[in-house]
Amino acid sequence: MCDNSEKTIIQSKKLNLYYGENHALKDIDIEIPVNRITALIGPSGCGKSTFLKTLNRMNDLVPGVKIDGQVLYRGEDIYGREVDVTSLRRQIGMVFQKANPFPMSIYDNIAYGPRTHGIRSRARLDEIVERSLRDAAIWEEVKDRLNKSALGLSGGQQQRICIARALAVEPQVLLMDESTSALDPISTSKIEELAMELKNRYTVIMVTHNMQQALRISDYTAFFLLGELVEFGDTQTMFSKPGDKRTEAYITGRFG
Amino acid sequence: MRNNFDRQLRLLGSEMREMGVLCEDAIALAAKALSENSKELAARVPPIASALDRKERDVENICLKLLLRQQPVAGDLRQISAALKMITDMERIGDQAEDIAEIVSSMGPGPEPETELLSAMARSVIRMVTSSVDAYVSQDMELAGKVIAQDDGVDAYFEEVKKSLVEIIVREPDMGGYALDMLMIGKYFERIGDHATNIAEWVIYSVTGEHKSAELATD
Repeated sequence: MCDNSEKTIIQSKKLNLYYGENHALKDIDIEIPVNRITALIGPSGCGKSTFLKTLNRMNDLVPGVKIDGQVLYRGEDIYGREVDVTSLRRQIGMVFQKANPFPMSIYDNIAYGPRTHGIRSRARLDEIVERSLRDAAIWEEVKDRLNKSALGLSGGQQQRICIARALAVEPQVLLMDESTSALDPISTSKIEELAMELKNRYTVIMVTHNMQQALRISDYTAFFLLGELVEFGDTQTMFSKPGDKRTEAYITGRFG
Repeated sequence: MRNNFDRQLRLLGSEMREMGVLCEDAIALAAKALSENSKELAARVPPIASALDRKERDVENICLKLLLRQQPVAGDLRQISAALKMITDMERIGDQAEDIAEIVSSMGPGPEPETELLSAMARSVIRMVTSSVDAYVSQDMELAGKVIAQDDGVDAYFEEVKKSLVEIIVREPDMGGYALDMLMIGKYFERIGDHATNIAEWVIYSVTGEHKSAELATD
């Protein structure tokens, strides 16, 4: 478990999720510390991405899904009846595996979220666009072509545009679902650097298949297997002396 | 899935065992050279020490290659990093056997050396070295624990050696030079025992992730 001095931002309690008959998450209890990077690892189909998606209710739309137990964000159950999902997703943003910029200009990609939240002032939008692009470490590369299509950028740049777009609405938590798996090592390292800088202001929760990435940048690691949370602890301990034999077998490549 | 990696780890194990055998040979030969006061036997120790130096390089290469290419974690990482630490101790054991041999080869044609205690000491440290390397190869904590416990016995032998040498000096003041040589040899055997203890401590780290000096594990 994580250091007692850490403050929790998201906590799940006895979280179970079913896709029809498939029991995809089993009694997940976890406390995600604020302003830290938490990596979720495990073999394909272990439930780590499903778990990530429950944190901003991205599974709600999946047909036949059934969720019980609780996910508390700052102490409030995000599956409570009165929760406004749009406002929840504003606070808990997500970046996907494949960069998915909107087919519009770089500027409009970033301004899209703030506009839907009612910001109309050009000056205010300019400010948000610049800040978000700077935070996503891509401002210098695109500042002279803000009105060009985001689709003309490289994969690594597009992914940073997506991160900037997520940051534009000032989230508290950033969920990253294998956000570097399709990128070359240089783009990957830029995004890793970025995640480490962002954690001073945000909480980052990332799903990764790359053990070395989890080791390089995460503070805490959670290992999922067959829908269960097998082990959760500080990353260095998990990778030097894991407490559970199944964790050891997975991270040393004996299965998965 | 990780056949190649496992093959490399087995190769590491067998190289470590070979290095262990070279250590035993070096100590045994130095001890025999001493008890027989034989310069010929003593002259055979330095080549073994050189072989140990080469083996140290070989094992280092295997370990660095594994670190680079396999990026090991957990038990694999501990096994490889323990090996990297252990080979330094094994190489030092070779040097100390060589130091003993050098003293033997420069000893004058003095009295029949009184080496019963030193031979017993040599037997103890050879056992320690063998067991510590076996413990590594079989990842056997219990055996490593026994090695560490044996070190007290070796230290006690060294105290006895000192006492008997003081008696010799008192009895026969002319034997001062001889006594100093024997003291040095005793000290080298005692150091070899310490190196075997270090090796055993790294075996325990390799198995459990805990090293005697706890700060190593957490920092």
